[in-house]
Amino acid sequence: MIHFDNVTKVYTNQNRPALDHVSVDVDKGEFVFLVGPSGSGKSTFLRLVLKEERPNSGAIHVAGKDLARLSNFKVPHLRRRIGCVFQDFRLLPNKNVYENVAFALEVIGKPRRFIRKVVPEVIELVGLEGKAHRMPDELSGGEQQRVAMARAFVNRPMILLADEPTGNIDPATSIGIMKVLDRINRTGTTVVMATHDAAIVDSMRKRVVELEDGKIVRDQSRGVYGQAY
Amino acid sequence: MRANFIFSEVWIGLRRNLTMTIAVVITVAVGMAMLGVGLMINAQVTMMQGFWYDRVELSVFLCPKNSPMPTCKGKEVTAQQTKDLKAELQGMAGVAQVLYEDQAQAYANFQKAYGTGANKLLAEATKVEDMPTSFRVKLKDPNNYQPVVAALQGKAGISQVTNQKDLVNQFFGLLDKLRSGALAVAIVLVLAAALLIGNTVRLSAFNRRRETGIMRLVGASNLYIQLPFVMEGVISGLMGGVIAAVMLIVAKVFLFEEIARYFAFGSQLGWDSVASVITLTMVIGVFICVLASFVTLRRYLRV
Repeated sequence: MIHFDNVTKVYTNQNRPALDHVSVDVDKGEFVFLVGPSGSGKSTFLRLVLKEERPNSGAIHVAGKDLARLSNFKVPHLRRRIGCVFQDFRLLPNKNVYENVAFALEVIGKPRRFIRKVVPEVIELVGLEGKAHRMPDELSGGEQQRVAMARAFVNRPMILLADEPTGNIDPATSIGIMKVLDRINRTGTTVVMATHDAAIVDSMRKRVVELEDGKIVRDQSRGVYGQAY
Repeated sequence: MRANFIFSEVWIGLRRNLTMTIAVVITVAVGMAMLGVGLMINAQVTMMQGFWYDRVELSVFLCPKNSPMPTCKGKEVTAQQTKDLKAELQGMAGVAQVLYEDQAQAYANFQKAYGTGANKLLAEATKVEDMPTSFRVKLKDPNNYQPVVAALQGKAGISQVTNQKDLVNQFFGLLDKLRSGALAVAIVLVLAAALLIGNTVRLSAFNRRRETGIMRLVGASNLYIQLPFVMEGVISGLMGGVIAAVMLIVAKVFLFEEIARYFAFGSQLGWDSVASVITLTMVIGVFICVLASFVTLRRYLRV
């Protein structure tokens, strides 16, 4: 599903590569933790998958497409198959829960009938039933992240990228978030989650890819967070 | 494509930047109106030139009795000289038509031109014998008058050769300056409008960077992301265009028609040319808006 082959990314005005000859394969339906200290290249990895950045060398395939040969014109179609969740939720403050989720479908031109059908379903999937008409500032951090997950998942993407989704949330609430991610993963969606949260990684017992200074230092199925330290 | 979604976005954008929107509308309106006035003056001048250049002629005044002009040497033109001059004029290459105006005719024309109004006294004091006789020479090409004038100057029996075109040209020279002035102001204003629109769109894009960020993330196409911004530009451009159209109609009624009453323009600027000027300025206005929006968005909404 995601295939990195010897990928190097150096940001302009920086000498040290953000990713240094990284090769990794993520299969369909896998759940992968991307761990490592800040600046180790986790976010760069996610940005490369979205084609928000281009690698300096190496090849990236996402959902069977060679990103180097994907024209800018087709990048939006790639992104429709990838959902994204961030540490800071990125909800629209002037839209309620339902509208925030529906927005993701409106802007890709889905018919209203379809939106009215699937949005309540996905709001229920993330555990926010009955809160569809709340505004983001009336929700807790955990609930806001659920809205963000609903928005990321509402178009049934093949891949869900999560960049420290529990970074702003207390550990007890994080468990609920992870349950939702696990539920999404069980529908067959590939999940890649960058995180610092050792407790979550240890409890989930999923594949762990550890980055350090842009290099993969560990890739282990059913791994834990701290093994390399 | 969901039109109501785009339009609600456009409406939000216009309302959020209300002051900038108003600035854009006014600048576009004034710029387009100046451009339109310039074009209308242009059309009017072209029409008038066509009208007048068909009618301008050389006036070859013959020596009257006791003429003060040195070329006459105090002698009145003789019948033989008149006949010879007429034959010579008719034989010239650039001449289309020669008419002889005798004293009676000249007097009639003079009375017609000055017999009423402020010059009435002058007209009454003038007698038929005071009028000079002249040839009215119509040229094949009014622009190519020099050879004819040169050939006539200094000939016996001719007191003066005047070219009406010189008189008309002074007037056209003034109109030409007006036209280029209006066009210069219009170009500056159109440029200002383009920059203002660019700025407004940039503000709009900045105001909505959250929305556009999410749109990009969930895979909205560039068209879908950019269309609301471009539409904002187009709508403010159109509003400006409508105001400019009103200004042009007002200018046509209160400026061109009034001026035409004082000057013998010979031809009226018709409503059809006003309509085509309005259409042209609208098209230019909207085109500039779209262009300015797109150029700005290319820089601020990269994929």
